[in-house]
Amino acid sequence: MASEHPRANLQPLTLHIPEPKFRPGDAVDFAEVDVPPAGEARRPDTADKASDFIDLAYTLVRVLDDDGNAVGPWDPKLSPDVLRRMLRSMALLRAFDERMFRAQRQGKTSFYMKALGEEAVAVAAAYALDYEDMCFPSYRQQGLLIARGWSLVDMMNQIYSNTADRLGGKQLPIMYSVKEAGFFSISGNLTTQYPQAVGWAMASAAKGDTRIAATWCGEGSTAEGDFHSALTFATVYRAPVIFNIVNNQWAISSFSGFAGAEATTFAARAVGYGIAGLRVDGNDALAVYAATEWAAERARTNQGPTLIEHFTYRAEGHSTSDDPGQYRSEGEPNAWPLGDPIKRLKDHLIAIGEWDEERHAAQDKELAEQVKAAQKEAEKNGILGHGLHQPLESLFDGVFEEMPWHLKEQRQQMLDEESASGRPWDIKA
Amino acid sequence: MNMIQAINSAMDIMMERDPDVIVMGEDVGYFGGVFRATAGLQAKHGKTRVFDTPITECGIIGVAVGMGAYGLRPVPEIQFADYIYPALDQLVSEAARLRYRSAGEFTSPITVRSPFGGGIFGGQTHSQSPEGLFTHMSGIKTVIPSTPYDAKGLLIAAIEDNDPTLFFEPKRIYNGPFDGYWDRPSQNWSKHPAGEVPTGYYKIELGKAKIVRAGEALTILAYGTMVHVCTAVVAEAGIDAEIVDLRTLVPLDIETIEASVKKTGRCMIVHEATRTSGFGAELSAIVQERCFYHLEAPIERVTGFDTPYPHSLEWAYFPGPVRIGEALKKIMKDA
Ligand SMILES: Cc1ncc(C[n+]2csc(CCOP(=O)(O)OP(=O)(O)O)c2C)c(N)n1
Repeated sequence: MASEHPRANLQPLTLHIPEPKFRPGDAVDFAEVDVPPAGEARRPDTADKASDFIDLAYTLVRVLDDDGNAVGPWDPKLSPDVLRRMLRSMALLRAFDERMFRAQRQGKTSFYMKALGEEAVAVAAAYALDYEDMCFPSYRQQGLLIARGWSLVDMMNQIYSNTADRLGGKQLPIMYSVKEAGFFSISGNLTTQYPQAVGWAMASAAKGDTRIAATWCGEGSTAEGDFHSALTFATVYRAPVIFNIVNNQWAISSFSGFAGAEATTFAARAVGYGIAGLRVDGNDALAVYAATEWAAERARTNQGPTLIEHFTYRAEGHSTSDDPGQYRSEGEPNAWPLGDPIKRLKDHLIAIGEWDEERHAAQDKELAEQVKAAQKEAEKNGILGHGLHQPLESLFDGVFEEMPWHLKEQRQQMLDEESASGRPWDIKA
Repeated sequence: MNMIQAINSAMDIMMERDPDVIVMGEDVGYFGGVFRATAGLQAKHGKTRVFDTPITECGIIGVAVGMGAYGLRPVPEIQFADYIYPALDQLVSEAARLRYRSAGEFTSPITVRSPFGGGIFGGQTHSQSPEGLFTHMSGIKTVIPSTPYDAKGLLIAAIEDNDPTLFFEPKRIYNGPFDGYWDRPSQNWSKHPAGEVPTGYYKIELGKAKIVRAGEALTILAYGTMVHVCTAVVAEAGIDAEIVDLRTLVPLDIETIEASVKKTGRCMIVHEATRTSGFGAELSAIVQERCFYHLEAPIERVTGFDTPYPHSLEWAYFPGPVRIGEALKKIMKDA
């Protein structure tokens, strides 16, 4: 060794810990968020090679401009009727969230999660997919079910774990499963649905089917190993799958920097895998629709997977167990530069003369009534707060297709104990 | 102090005493953790010693192993024990075997904290008790406190320990002991002797069980939340049971167990985890091997059922007073 202290003249290393721009009490200024003009991003042919449009993973595909006009090559040119239906689904989702959030606060269920501010992400995608395509959602895509016209009462029954809950009270509220509506059972373990969506898509391709799969996760969840396994399989087998990353800026209290946002975009995750990547304005329903439609066409024509980052903002807390006031500035939701997705679509419809404020207000009222009526209907089947709705023995159903001896024995033991339980510790009894 | 504050205090003290102790995990930094167990630590000890991590459990543990190899003492948090599975490989194939495979050249002095257990309407993914998976794997210690006092002393010992340690925190008793009756008003630690926690440094040796209640009629082996449920049931039943809080599953205090069972002649094992291949099976085998000729009744196991944790029926799943009471009846039948 040349010197006794070989590192004596080297600079000490420092450890970088990311820090969000604003904390509670800070004034918010989102000037640094790069928002390119609507209509600027190019739209490649769906048959183009992923490596030919890497730039789209670093910009923001936008269709709706500040005046509510739809501009540029990504304008999906939807009929006013479809636009109005999309607007209605988004508003219905918001009304549903509002009511169920309150139901949790009233002690009617244990837990709820809102999608406030990111309604366009799930709803517009649902309109761009075929009803037959299989969705592998995370816990904030209830908009898929709502856009697919699924029964609100059925969703509420699940939230209340009541007698009519199709999941028999076994699953945490909002963790729906509706095979009939192409909605895969939600897991509370983050990102496990990602490789599963790829597997479903690979199976569909192997069988010569025409259906594709789509999956969603949050930007925080892209750190999970499952995310990376999914992308590897998808690129290797050119799986007909759409990966959606909902970049709503926050993962509980951790800002997107803790998932790698300081160094690159989330859409750019696609680049290293040779997957087509798009970064879209997630508060622009038309951009979300157009990107999904484009990705679906790629999948259907065997061009393989597409990854879409939806750049958006989580305007509410993470869940009913969270208080965002503890870790982020109060001003953030309103200062968010991409606006409110519902207002933006509404303004567009008004700009093209297909909607007006009066009709919108009337619709909001009607939707609130619809949700209220659904809630009344669902509550006829009970709420979680009112005790047990499922027969005790149902606890053992569904572990296996056929119940093995040890579960039968445990079930019997439980029932015997319950019926004998006047004073269970009374040895002479 | 409640148990969260005691755990917070243990980390705070260890960070003060040893600059190599660092705390990391999802949401543990600025926010102080979803259960607030790390509240205030970042403000006091700085961002490079207490920081948020990306949401990747295998990453968290793998990185902690590397930090440990460098010479730090990481205390990673896994937000809920249900999310420890993605980290399984790093824990059992790497952390647990590093010392053995490198003949001691490298070690993993990490302490993985994680809230576990049910009783909070957390459904299948916020309620499980995975301790049995880890006790099955050699090279990793498993610690489960049942009081704020123990939590602090045991956590300090775990952080000082040079082996990888899993520190499972029974979240149902974070705020107070629990008698198993979910519809009764909850108690809090301020009225409980074990809630009196010294603010300074002290430690409780790993591998030592505690006799919570001495008795002659039977021995109850329990840990975590179940210690409290058993204590309440025994008090109401008026049975002279000896209740042993195991406190650490690996290493296990077999002397205390053996002495107690030989004295009472009866043994009941209570845990929340599912029954088949659960830690109760191991305890039962040990008691049978060592105390068979002293047993006056078959060993009883009261455990969670062999199903996932059901959301709305969680109180039927939870080994509560009814089930424990029935087992008491059975084991004391020919007393
Ligand atoms: C495997 C796993 N680890 C940790 C958690 C706890 N957890 C639930 S949601 C969440 C944050 C997820 O953030 P993100 O992916 O950005 O989605 P968002 O909630 O913002 O929609 C965390 C850490 C979990 N559910 N599963």
